[in-house]
Amino acid sequence: MLTVSHISKTFNPGTVNEKCAIRDLSLHLDPGDFVTIIGANGAGKSTLFNAIAGSFYTDSGSIVLDGRDITFLPEYKRAKIIGRLFQDPMLGSAPGMTIEENLALAAGRGGWLSHVTRAEKDAFRDRLALLDMGLENRMKQPVGLLSGGQRQALTLMMATMADPKLLLLDEHTAALDPGTAEKVLKLTREIVEEDHLTCLMITHNMQSALDLGNRTLMMDAGNIILDIAGEERRGLTVDDLLRRFKAGVGRALDNDRMLLS
Amino acid sequence: MTLSAALGLGQTALELGLINSLTVLALFLSYSMLNVCDLSTDGCFTLGACVGAVVAISGHPWLALPAAMGAGVVSGFVTALLQTRMGVESLLAGIIVNTGLYSINIAVMGNSSLLNMNKTETVFTLSKALLKGTALAAQYKLLVALIAVVLVIVFLSLFLRTRLGLAIRATGNNPDMVRSSSINPAFTTTVGLCVANAFTALSGCLLAQSQKSVNIDIGTGMVTIALASLLIGGTFMGRGSIPKRAVGVVLGSFIFRLVYAIALRFDMPASMLKLVSSVIVIIAISGPYLKAQVPMLRRRLSHGREARGSEEARGTGKEVR
Repeated sequence: MLTVSHISKTFNPGTVNEKCAIRDLSLHLDPGDFVTIIGANGAGKSTLFNAIAGSFYTDSGSIVLDGRDITFLPEYKRAKIIGRLFQDPMLGSAPGMTIEENLALAAGRGGWLSHVTRAEKDAFRDRLALLDMGLENRMKQPVGLLSGGQRQALTLMMATMADPKLLLLDEHTAALDPGTAEKVLKLTREIVEEDHLTCLMITHNMQSALDLGNRTLMMDAGNIILDIAGEERRGLTVDDLLRRFKAGVGRALDNDRMLLS
Repeated sequence: MTLSAALGLGQTALELGLINSLTVLALFLSYSMLNVCDLSTDGCFTLGACVGAVVAISGHPWLALPAAMGAGVVSGFVTALLQTRMGVESLLAGIIVNTGLYSINIAVMGNSSLLNMNKTETVFTLSKALLKGTALAAQYKLLVALIAVVLVIVFLSLFLRTRLGLAIRATGNNPDMVRSSSINPAFTTTVGLCVANAFTALSGCLLAQSQKSVNIDIGTGMVTIALASLLIGGTFMGRGSIPKRAVGVVLGSFIFRLVYAIALRFDMPASMLKLVSSVIVIIAISGPYLKAQVPMLRRRLSHGREARGSEEARGTGKEVR
């Protein structure tokens, strides 16, 4: 589904602030893969997402998604086939527009001058009802009135609406309270399973990194240092993971937001 | 003031308010929706007036309207091009285009800064002839302006509900969201500015035809006047559906003109219009901001009093000891 080959990215090249954020990184995802990513601060996790989503073009290497070379496809065109969620719930929806209008934008069907039809509105309502947050009765309310958790759930819905080939989740539950985070995480799992989405998820929660998905990557210094899947991953504990990190890198995993349990 | 004078005053204010409200609707799209303060408005208004006048003088009063709008689209496109594809700051792009348009407008008028249309057929004289003998004969100007405004409001209401319209609103509402979505902000900004400037130019074209002359200063200060009307309208129908807000904006334009017309009655010099509009914009924008400061200001004042009070108390305590 996704093949990232030997990409590198250096920020501010040739200056004192030169920072090699991704170093000759390669990654292959099969259709339906749900991959969790963990790593220390500055390991290049978000930079990898930015590279895949097209926030910048990589210095070298290529990115192929669903058989299509997207290495130099602009971000807004990639967004048609890549859904993305950020840590900040405010980044994913327009607060001054109603829930219905936000969903209409995300659905992205029809031409530029098409209106949202009644059938589409009903479909939005039905989908929102799945969230079990009562949002289906607030279609005409501006999104700015929703709580952070509701907004993130709505963003998740919006990001997965147009059947993306790939879903990028960048610590999307980190800014939510534990209860809401749990709920959004559960929703994520349901939606990904139901739609058979290929998904990459950055998390700082070591336990959910192991619980969710079918494969776990560990990143350090702009590259993947650990790639665990299948038999090897089953029965792995957080302690095992930390030990393997230390063995691989030669120092303890250090992330000020890391949740070890 | 006699009743007929008052009615005449109201009618003039209504006519001018309606014609100007096209520019206000343009800003409603670019300023309120797209969140771009388009400072090329003055020049674009004049451009519409000049192009419209030249086409009307050549004998095509109706063709003048689409011609002016077309010129407005081109002007808006250049402003958008500068800020989306060439790295020019949004405000600066408007100022640059505005400056450039001055020369273009002079050139359009055949190297003159004034065009007279006293003997020219305009859309207003044509409708006057058409309405001759009917009950609406005296209101011919009003009627033409009203039709134009209604058409623009209907267009805007429908347009802002399309996917493109929603995308334009999202671009102004949450740029962060748009940046990582399938909307290309360069495209939405360009479309929004082209449409808005078409209305601005139409507004200028109608004003020129109604007053039967154009001079190079016809659009000067238009952006401030329109902004004042927009903000007045916003206080009436701040939140609500798009059509409702659009009507509120037209109402704002009318109220602005009415207040101005009344002020003129009380011998305010005509040249004060621009100062008045500046003050209204200042009050409308800074009012809410200053109002929000009041509670903190009060708290600081009372805090100062309390601090002084306790100091005095401590002072007396020392004396006792």
